[in-house]
Amino acid sequence: MTPNDYTMLSARFGRSDGHKLAVYEAEGGYRALRKVLQDGMSREEVREEVKGAGLRGRGGAGFPTGVKWGFVPPDADEIYFFVNADESEPGTFKDRYLLDYDPHQTIEGTIISCFAVKAKLAFIYIRGEFGWLVDRVQKAVDEAYAAGYLGKDILGSGYDLEMIVHKGAGAYICGEETGLINSVTGRKGQPSIKPPFPAVQGFLDKPTIVNNVESVASVPFIINEGAAAYKAFGTEKSCGTKLFSVSGPVKRPGVYEIPLGLPFREFFNDWLGGMAEGEKLKAVIVGGSSVPVLPAEEIMNTNLDYESLGEAGTMLGSGGMIVIPESCDMVELIQVLMHFYFDESCGQCTPCREGTGWLHRIVKRLRGGGGTPEDLDLLEHVCDGMAGLTICPLADAAVMPMRSFLDKFRPEFEALIQETAAAAPTSRWPRGEQE
Amino acid sequence: MSPSTDTGAAFELSDVSRARIDELVAQYPTKASALMPCLWVIMDELGWVPPGGIDLLVDKLQVTSARICEVLTFYTMFRSEPQAEYVLQVCHNISCHIMGARPLIAHLEKRLGVRLGETTPDGKFALEGVECLGACGHGPCLQLGRHLYEYLTPEKVDGLLESLRRGEIPRADTDRELED
Ligand SMILES: Cc1cc2nc3c(=O)[nH]c(=O)nc-3n(C[C@H](O)[C@H](O)[C@H](O)COP(=O)(O)O)c2cc1C
Ligand code: SF4
Ligand code: FES
Repeated sequence: MTPNDYTMLSARFGRSDGHKLAVYEAEGGYRALRKVLQDGMSREEVREEVKGAGLRGRGGAGFPTGVKWGFVPPDADEIYFFVNADESEPGTFKDRYLLDYDPHQTIEGTIISCFAVKAKLAFIYIRGEFGWLVDRVQKAVDEAYAAGYLGKDILGSGYDLEMIVHKGAGAYICGEETGLINSVTGRKGQPSIKPPFPAVQGFLDKPTIVNNVESVASVPFIINEGAAAYKAFGTEKSCGTKLFSVSGPVKRPGVYEIPLGLPFREFFNDWLGGMAEGEKLKAVIVGGSSVPVLPAEEIMNTNLDYESLGEAGTMLGSGGMIVIPESCDMVELIQVLMHFYFDESCGQCTPCREGTGWLHRIVKRLRGGGGTPEDLDLLEHVCDGMAGLTICPLADAAVMPMRSFLDKFRPEFEALIQETAAAAPTSRWPRGEQE
Repeated sequence: MSPSTDTGAAFELSDVSRARIDELVAQYPTKASALMPCLWVIMDELGWVPPGGIDLLVDKLQVTSARICEVLTFYTMFRSEPQAEYVLQVCHNISCHIMGARPLIAHLEKRLGVRLGETTPDGKFALEGVECLGACGHGPCLQLGRHLYEYLTPEKVDGLLESLRRGEIPRADTDRELED
């Protein structure tokens, strides 16, 4: 298998003309939309096809897309659809490729998805830092309107759909689906308690579906070729192909489309070309910064699919693969990550607001030479007080890397503390100063 | 920032921007939901949102100034104060860190004579550390307004600073996207 064998999503990646409507149409674009709207597929048929394909949400949680669509109450008449292009999970840069090189694929997938849930208005929420991408996508949306793929009575089918490209303004938490929805209502992007789930009560209290860019971009293929053709890729429970964005000192970093189930060893050696000159593999964070890290020897024997990665003690997440070389100090890296989660906590929940701050400060203290062996227990203790106890999973997203770094690379933490102790042999608080 | 914004200072916004705000209010499903894009219109023209901008949106969107201030300060890209002419935002998150963001920031600090988080005395350059910019495989990287510079080296940074001192914003790696 080579990188060029799988082009369900990535056929136009790296090309200079793939974003144009004429090019997309010439290569079979908007055929799936015609099949749905002109050949008269019903909403149920579209949903069943996507469900049957086993497509799982590509935003991180991996929830089956067709099943989520089915949660919209059947009698609802005002339904909203949000495409999540907030892409702020460190290590993740795949949705950017989809929207940059092939915006019409995502737009077509969105229109079909909206039809399936009977939405009347779709937002594409793009993170504010992707300013140039907002213009790119807006241009493509304008083209789609002009061609009659959006607006009133699409392709003469009687179905109406409006689409708004919405630009974020810098907040990781707006990637969380309820944060995203609240952000578009003109509020701070703070998540809401679930239930009610957005599919029942979301934007303006109406049923709302939030899907990742890659999830909707997978829909045209499924409609064109059928669920069985999609399922021909991947494993039994991890169907289809998945984009992985690879960063770190490998020979060929970038975005790759792989059939799920591909052995990491093969991906790493043959597709990425192994480590860059002079670097040695130490560890890999496979699914974006929020999933547990795996040391080299563990990831080398794992396959890239939801189940295998779960069994290995981590998660597929967003597919943001961060390759860590031997030369990296793991305590330093976790400080970088804890700073990030502390910075991005929206502050609503005490365990997250305070916990991320504590984790960051304790790690910083360790690195500053003020650590003690008890600090490692303290880190664990703070994690215990955060995981699963908050409104949204951001607290868990900080706990997972923290715990796994401690668990898999404890000797590095201990060595640092020992160095500190050796440098200052007396107690941290000399006698007399102790309170 | 005080919710009472009656400063008496002149607030000038072009007719084009004002018309765009009316358009957005009509396009979005509720007036309040047009708040973010309307703030962007003001940001894009002025580089920040002055008190007069808040007053304008209170009027157009029928929301309280408290709500607008809340949103303005929650999102890191919205600014309620004027900014340096060039705000250099270097990603210091994990992938860029692995690929050398720290030495790059040290290099910028030396060249500009300021520490991270500071602005040069002439108000020309601000140096900021920011979280992941979605360019992890192309790092280290920095953002200047809507331009994203990737695969940075000290030499590339020196070239960038030189151009900016001449008042030219060089072509960024993502500017390809703006062409047809
Ligand atoms: C803190 C946080 C950040 C998230 N960021 C993103 C993001 O940038 N993009 C995304 O698609 N999903 C993100 N998610 C997941 C969304 O909440 C949601 O599950 C997803 O958009 C649903 O789409 P899918 O079912 O197609 O994956 C984030 C979740 C959390 C908790
Ligand atoms: S867990 Fe953190 S980010 Fe999520 S809602 Fe609570 S405070 Fe906000
Ligand atoms: S970590 Fe720097 S762009 Fe993602």
